[in-house]
Parts: sequence; structure tokens; C-alpha cells
Amino acid sequence: MPQIAQLAATYSSQIFWLLLTFGIVFFVIGLGMVPKVQSTVDARDKKIADDLEAAKANSAAADALEADWRAKENEARADAQAKLAEAKAKAAKDREAKLAKEDAAIGEKLAAAEAEIEAGRGKALGEIEAVAAEAAADIVRRLAGTDVSADAALKAVKAVI
Amino acid sequence: MAESGKIDPMHQFAIEPMFGTDHLAIGGYNIAFTNSALWMVITVVVLWVFMLGGMKRELVPGRWQAAVESMTGFIAKLTDENIGKGGRKYVPYIFSLFMFILFANLLGLLPLGVIGLHPFTFTSHFTVTGVLAILSFSIVLIVGFFKHGIKFFSLFIPHGTPLPMVLVIFPIELVSFLFRPFSLGLRLFVAMIAGHILLKVLAGFVINSANASPLWGGVVGIPSFALMIGVSALEVLVAGIQAYVFALLTSLYIHDAEHLH
Repeated sequence: MPQIAQLAATYSSQIFWLLLTFGIVFFVIGLGMVPKVQSTVDARDKKIADDLEAAKANSAAADALEADWRAKENEARADAQAKLAEAKAKAAKDREAKLAKEDAAIGEKLAAAEAEIEAGRGKALGEIEAVAAEAAADIVRRLAGTDVSADAALKAVKAVI
Repeated sequence: MAESGKIDPMHQFAIEPMFGTDHLAIGGYNIAFTNSALWMVITVVVLWVFMLGGMKRELVPGRWQAAVESMTGFIAKLTDENIGKGGRKYVPYIFSLFMFILFANLLGLLPLGVIGLHPFTFTSHFTVTGVLAILSFSIVLIVGFFKHGIKFFSLFIPHGTPLPMVLVIFPIELVSFLFRPFSLGLRLFVAMIAGHILLKVLAGFVINSANASPLWGGVVGIPSFALMIGVSALEVLVAGIQAYVFALLTSLYIHDAEHLH
């Protein structure tokens, strides 16, 4: 086994070169390079954490903005609905008022027409009565030969009619 | 390597000085630049190139950068889970340990013999794994005594132990604690050497049986080769698991030093 057979001859060289090379590894790589690599990793982890944080904050802000917008929209919708209802109510009222007015005008016209008809009928009736009385007086004079006064004839006609 | 058709499965662990540096020394100690040292240097370079991909520091990582970041993230998670509070300051050490062992294990498994190079797995030498284990154990001792002083010894007394039992349990716990660096270093060493020997032995079966006759090549060589494929896949897994176990146990021991229980 060369490890034992050559021990006396080579141990000092082995230890010397090992300490030298491992020393280089430790001081140049272990102490020089590893912390830099590690700091790169740490910086990246921090960046990722920060970015995540910022994204979370942005998302929350967007949510708040959306909620705000929704509230505003709801408000606008309610407003519009109220305006619509108001307009509808106003239109209905207007229509009612107009209808009532028209109704009244029509009623008035109707009443006037009715009155006119009534007046016409009264007048016609009067004329008929006068003609009938005259005719009655005439019939009485011809049949009985007696004169009947116009008043009496009218009275008799009115009673019959 | 081969003497009259014999293949020595241990030869792959032999250390050979390279570039004529056999007698390079500091203060009387030989520090020859060996094949083992060469693969340590290769491991450092490959690991450094791998880590360069993580230095682009882009906000949206490419594949390479993501791979590097997944490795550092893996070790950071390991320390968070096993050391807990105050674990992050050990990330550079645990990461260096894990990646150094992982790359060494994987590079040692590369089939470079196909193009005439000889990969060398320096984690299959207990001089290497032992030093790494002692490094980890030293950190545990230094942190433990620096943070808790003499109270660090209370680590060896489980909660609610009756006083007479303390006298028995304390030495047992102390011994098990002192065995930690050995189990840490030996586990990696044994896992790597066993896998490599197994692969070499199977490779020897393939070559020797094929050389003997086409019949033996078919009966022994082909099943051995099929087994080698499976064992190679297993070894890649072991390379990762052993590096992970080393890093995991180190962080568990550091947890004891940081928080006692």
C-alpha cells in the first residue's frame, strides 16, 4: 500500500502541497468568491421579495380603484334611475293635467251643446204648443162654432201634451 | 506497472515526484512536486474556473451561474440546518472543504487512462484526508474552547446524567469525541481507496482474461466490464456522498462547539 510504504518519504510533501492548495481554495474561493455569489443570491431574493411586495400593493390599489369605480358607477346608475323615475312621474302628471284640461274643455263643449239642444227643444216645443193651440182653437171653432180664447186653447194643449 | 501480465491495483496510489523536483525541500522537509500535488493544483484550477461562472452576478442567472449558486446555496442550507444560529460564518470553510473534496474525488475518477494520462485521487491518501480532518477538528476545538472555555467539557456529559454515571460516561464521551478526526479522515480515505482498487481489479480481470483466450474473455471479461460500468456509476455517487458526509460531519461537530448540545 503506497499510502503506508511511502509515508515517511512523502508525508511532508503531501501536507505542504495540501495546505498550500487548500489554503488557496479557502482564501481565494471560500472567502473571496463564495460571499459574492451568496450576496448575488441574497440581492436576487430581496429583489423578488420587493417586487412581490410592490405587485401586492399595486393589486390592492387596483382593487381599491375598482371598488371606488364600482361605487361611483352604482351611484350614477341610481342617479340615472331616479332621474328616469322623476321624468316618468312628471310626464305622467303632465299627461294627466292635459287630459283633465281636455276633459274639462270637452265637458264644457258638451254642456254647451246640450244646453243649445235643450234650448232648441224648448223653443220647438213652444212653437209646437202654439201651433197645436192654434190648431185646437181652429178645430173647436169649426166643430162647435164657438170661439175659444187662445189662452184657454194653450192651457188645454199644455195639459194634453 | 505490469510485470508479465500482472496488474498491481495499488500502483495507482503510488506517489511520484514530477519535473525533477525530487529533492525540493524546506527546512529539511521534502516538498517535492508530486503527481499528488499536481492533481491538487488541477483541482484548485478546475474549481476556480467553475466558480468563475458564478461571478457574473447577473440578476437572472444563466445555467453555469445557477449551478454555482445552487452549490453555495446547498452549503448555506447545510450550515443553517446543522449548525443553526451563527452557522453562516462557517460557509466559506465548509464550502471550500466540500468542493475541494468533491472535485478531487470526481477528477480522480476521470477515465484519462484512455488518452495515456494517469489521474490521481489524492483523497485516497490518509495523509491528505487526515490533514483535512485535523483542520476541521482544530476548528471545533478552537471555537469550542474560545466560546465556552472550560464549560466546553460539559459536551461530554449528556443532560440529566446522575452524578455516579458521569464518572463512567465522561471518559466514554471523551474518547468518542477524540475519535472524530480519525473517523472523519479514515472514512473518506477508505471509501476512495476501496472503489479505486475494485475498479482496477475488475479492469485487470478484463485485460488478463481477454489476453488468456477469447473464451475466457467472454466468460470473465465481459461480465467484469459490465460490472465496472456499474461500479463506476456507484463511484461517482460515492465521490459526492463522501464529500457531503465530510462537510456534514464537520458542520455537526461545529454545531457541538457552537451550542454544546
